[in-house]
Amino acid sequence: MTDVSGVLRRTALYDVHLALGGRMVPFGGFEMPVQYSSILKEHDAVRKRAGLFDLSHMGQFAISGVDVGTWAEALSINKVANMKPGQARYNVFTNERGGAHDDVIFYRLAEDRWLLVVNAGNADKMWAHVTAERSGDVRLTDLRGERALIAIQGPRSVQWLQPFVDADLAAMKYYSCAEAPVRGTRETVVVARTGYTGEDGFELFVPSDDATAVWDALLAAHRGAGLEPCGLGARDVLRLEAGMPLYGHEMDEEITPLQAGLAWAIKFDKAAFRGKEALAAQRDAGDYARIVGLAMDGRVPARSGYPVLAGGARVGEIRSGSLGPSVGKNIATALVAPAAAADGTALTVEVRGAEHAAVVTPMPFYRRPKA
Amino acid sequence: MAQPAGLLYSKEHEWVKLDGDVATVGITDYAQSSLGDIVYVELPRIGAALTQFGSIGVVESVKAVSDIFTPVGGEVTETNAAIEGDPALVNRDPYGDGWLYKVKLDDVGQTAELMSPEQYEKLTVEA
Repeated sequence: MTDVSGVLRRTALYDVHLALGGRMVPFGGFEMPVQYSSILKEHDAVRKRAGLFDLSHMGQFAISGVDVGTWAEALSINKVANMKPGQARYNVFTNERGGAHDDVIFYRLAEDRWLLVVNAGNADKMWAHVTAERSGDVRLTDLRGERALIAIQGPRSVQWLQPFVDADLAAMKYYSCAEAPVRGTRETVVVARTGYTGEDGFELFVPSDDATAVWDALLAAHRGAGLEPCGLGARDVLRLEAGMPLYGHEMDEEITPLQAGLAWAIKFDKAAFRGKEALAAQRDAGDYARIVGLAMDGRVPARSGYPVLAGGARVGEIRSGSLGPSVGKNIATALVAPAAAADGTALTVEVRGAEHAAVVTPMPFYRRPKA
Repeated sequence: MAQPAGLLYSKEHEWVKLDGDVATVGITDYAQSSLGDIVYVELPRIGAALTQFGSIGVVESVKAVSDIFTPVGGEVTETNAAIEGDPALVNRDPYGDGWLYKVKLDDVGQTAELMSPEQYEKLTVEA
């Protein structure tokens, strides 16, 4: 967050949030709804039916040119050039030490056109990074302010969104994207089958001027059947249950994607990329602290920053923690020493001076039932 | 909403109901609503000596940990066992079954430091 003025920005849906009783909090430089009714109620709606999210605070950059694939691959851990139009792919922009500038999603819209979505809190940093590193035939456009982002997430998403989109949603694969007419928008918009909840769902990258019309129409059509407006509180619980990292918690400029458990996304067979040597050295040494999942039997939630102990000695710290309603337990992530990282390891979390039992547990904590 | 009459309030959003020199303590409707879904409450032990306005426990919602600043000082005589198994009781009935603990006051005069329902109402409207 480089906006030091302290002035919080508002998304195109700000008035909608107020009208719906959203409790507004600062997040990533924006005033965003943390909840409308209840985090647990909103979480439940997404797991059982569907929820509607305003994610317009996230940064959107349009990128075009024939060199985008090779250019982006040199700055990030995953492959970009071999993506096909209509594909979305998770990636992490890294620094020389292998730490993460940001975790992002690339959407390849056409052979030479891409959409890059970055975290709100990193958007200024990432815009500065990509413009400073721009080279060859790579054209960058900052879409912040012009574009909103509305997500519908949950098992009813296809059914409830389909009447609004002129594309066969059921035929779209997970992590695919298309440009399609959406009812209430003046131009075709990017529709992607992506999300951050562990459920099926879609994200709609709509012009800011059309955001309220699209949001209101979706909610009016399905609220009676249980579509809930959902805030960032529910989103954080949902993503933690789904084992998805949150920048600033499971990953940051110092915590590498390897430490965050994202080895699957690091393509060491790429010729070269920013941070490759550092990540390879870390992988080869193998003695790095790493993010693990913790499940706790007691009622006391673990919170970010709490010490994690083994045999009374500190071995790490909590990075995220919450009640996991779908898990039926308190769950957390922790950055721990390798000796404390094996699944099943019994650890404790120090909460206000008392130790509470926790067991290293494979993530995700929650996996959606197969349709 | 209007605050229940007959209770006293602290600026930290706790309520006190006096019965002789024993006070029942809870958090206000405003507090439970601000916190959201309550998942854990940590209370002082029976017999503990509390200092008025000291931090004596926590209320945890899904998102956050908040201190309980006791609105009265004295000895804890009882804690609400029902909220151990069902912390959401505090959300559902903050002035009734969701009470937190009882204190035998060491000095009844300390309640002069607390607010009337009207004063507390004014505080929450301004907040």
